[in-house]
Amino acid sequence: MLELVIFSSLNGILYGMLLFLLASGLTLIFSMMGVLNFAHASFYMLGAYFGYQISRYVGYWPGLVIAPVLVGLVGALVERYGLRAVHKHGHVAELLFTFGLAFIIEEGVQMIWGKLAVDYRVPELLNFPAFTLFETTYPAFKLFMLLMSVATFLALLSLLTKTRVGLIIQAALSHPHTVGTLGHNVPLVFMMVFGVGCGLAALAGVIAGPALVTQPAMAASLGPILFVVVVVGGLGSLAGAFVASLAIGLIQTFAVAVNVSIADVIGLVGLKVDSNAFAGDLWNATVAQVAPVIPYLLLVLVLILRPHGLMGNRDS
Amino acid sequence: MKASLPWIGAIAAVIGLPFVFSGGAALSVMSLMGFAIIFALSYNVLLGQTGLLSFGHAVYYGLGGFVTAHALNLIAASKFPLPLPLVPLIGGIAGLAFAVPLGWVTTKRAGTAFSMISLGIGELVAACSLILRGFFGGEGGISTSRTSILQLFGFSFGPQLQVYYLIGSWCLICIALMYAFTRTPLGRICNAVRDNPERAEFIGYSTHQVRFLAFCIAGFFAGIAGGLAAIHYEIVTSGVVGAGPSGFVLLMTFIGGVGHFIGPILGAILMTAMQASLSDFTGAWLFYMGMLFIVMVMFAPTGFAGLLLMHGQLASAAAWRRLLPAYLLAIPALLALLAGVVLVVETAHHLLVKSAEGMTMQWFGITYEADAARTWVALLALLLVAIFAARKVFPIVGNAWNEARLVH
Repeated sequence: MLELVIFSSLNGILYGMLLFLLASGLTLIFSMMGVLNFAHASFYMLGAYFGYQISRYVGYWPGLVIAPVLVGLVGALVERYGLRAVHKHGHVAELLFTFGLAFIIEEGVQMIWGKLAVDYRVPELLNFPAFTLFETTYPAFKLFMLLMSVATFLALLSLLTKTRVGLIIQAALSHPHTVGTLGHNVPLVFMMVFGVGCGLAALAGVIAGPALVTQPAMAASLGPILFVVVVVGGLGSLAGAFVASLAIGLIQTFAVAVNVSIADVIGLVGLKVDSNAFAGDLWNATVAQVAPVIPYLLLVLVLILRPHGLMGNRDS
Repeated sequence: MKASLPWIGAIAAVIGLPFVFSGGAALSVMSLMGFAIIFALSYNVLLGQTGLLSFGHAVYYGLGGFVTAHALNLIAASKFPLPLPLVPLIGGIAGLAFAVPLGWVTTKRAGTAFSMISLGIGELVAACSLILRGFFGGEGGISTSRTSILQLFGFSFGPQLQVYYLIGSWCLICIALMYAFTRTPLGRICNAVRDNPERAEFIGYSTHQVRFLAFCIAGFFAGIAGGLAAIHYEIVTSGVVGAGPSGFVLLMTFIGGVGHFIGPILGAILMTAMQASLSDFTGAWLFYMGMLFIVMVMFAPTGFAGLLLMHGQLASAAAWRRLLPAYLLAIPALLALLAGVVLVVETAHHLLVKSAEGMTMQWFGITYEADAARTWVALLALLLVAIFAARKVFPIVGNAWNEARLVH
């Protein structure tokens, strides 16, 4: 039991931190520009694929730097020549634009790298078990993933709170017009933030690509959970996104490990549920099977109880 | 009299089309168009009329389909005297029944949050479809048979032609009902909630309630479309509640045009035809769809309907005389651009995905090697020239358009 708790906590925090790497960029872009970037998870996928392609030529480590920078540049170009052009048509057009972008990126990735998963390998340097606890080993690469995401989080935090650039970004979050009047180039700030957000997503892709599976469906499977994170945390709230990322990471990881169904619980008091009974599937589904549904149930619950999310305070 | 002309035309088209396109494949595609039109119009009740961008509308379409399939099986088993033409109504009621609780949660917020919640609910139902195997039928889906229930007047609905007329009739009824809905006070208040929610609140309407009612109506018609799809295919699989169909209906509706009632109808016809013809022709057809969508979002947010109706407003022949030279100039540039994009995408697709079939390709009667350097030099040159020409020509078209609009 203790073993399960320790490993699930580690994996949960790891998953949560990865989610936060994506959610932080998403929520920053949203609060600044009012655009919920539907293609954010697609940039994460692009990061993984770019990293894979680079790793085939020069190994894993250069990809860790080059892939996020490349994707960040792509993101900045998308903002400059795509989003800025549709901005005049309103927020719905912007959301539609990023939706189409996600569509194209997924199809493009399928065209270039095929529909099957690619063989993105853990670098040799980290391909060993980090420690053994209760006869279960924990891979060093996962530890590296955890360290990387925490380090990125701290770097982002200090950038936003300690530097002049962060100061301008924070100001542009709430008062873009005032910042513009003070002589700062707000569109340039927007472009940079969009690029950096996409780069962060790509970094998460390079970190997660070898450990999870690098395949064309990875964006479509992660994207909706990402939106759950930012809506549950409160649209536009970085702190909320952090709490929600960790919560969803932990909940999902623990849920996968629990192999108990409602029928089992009822069975403890001596009642037996037949699988042919009304909604028999529901009673007999284990928590592990229900795990993919839990984030969305959480979303519905939060919306009923706290429509603005855990820490959100703005209506959008 | 003039107002009834489009309706007479639509009825004549539905009746007459099978005489023009009588092949089995054509009948099947026209049936697909029938319920795609209902689905797209129901989506436009949300997007165009109420300003709600939903990423999970296929939930009500799919659940309508599943309930219809189960209902058909139940009716056949219990010999309940319900003829097939009324069965799509079951799908509609199912769509409505699911839209009431789910819509109440979804419509709590408007704008971006609404979009995210509708996406979340869509994913919720899609994830449930893998758990509740009894209702969703797991991997295999739910099969049914439309011919084994009560038959009236000797119509068995076995032949595709009879199914086509069934779908066509429902399509006409639903178009009329949804058009009527846009004229009701509720339909107008939906527009008010879309344009200025604050003022709608000030004159005493709860925006949440208005959004909720629009959502229920959209769910009802989506359910009818789903029911017709179940009758057409005689099988419903869990894929129909997923993100794929939800995205596709958004593409159909937007490309057709959200600002006009006719837009989603155009979009549904166009997209279904493209799906039927292009998907045999190229493996990259979804990529083209995505490109078309982005181009429409960026340059023609009113959709095809908007572009067409814009020209209907031109008053006189003099206006057309201003416009035509510019258009004649633009057409070659656009065609070159189209050819350049298509050739680059197709050659890249061939090179990357179908390289096992050999590198030789043929387009416009020219045979070339997909991996030759000179091929790519030629393709990129074509693309660059086309982009350059288009950049030169578009301002001319814009100016001509502005002049033409001022001519009376």
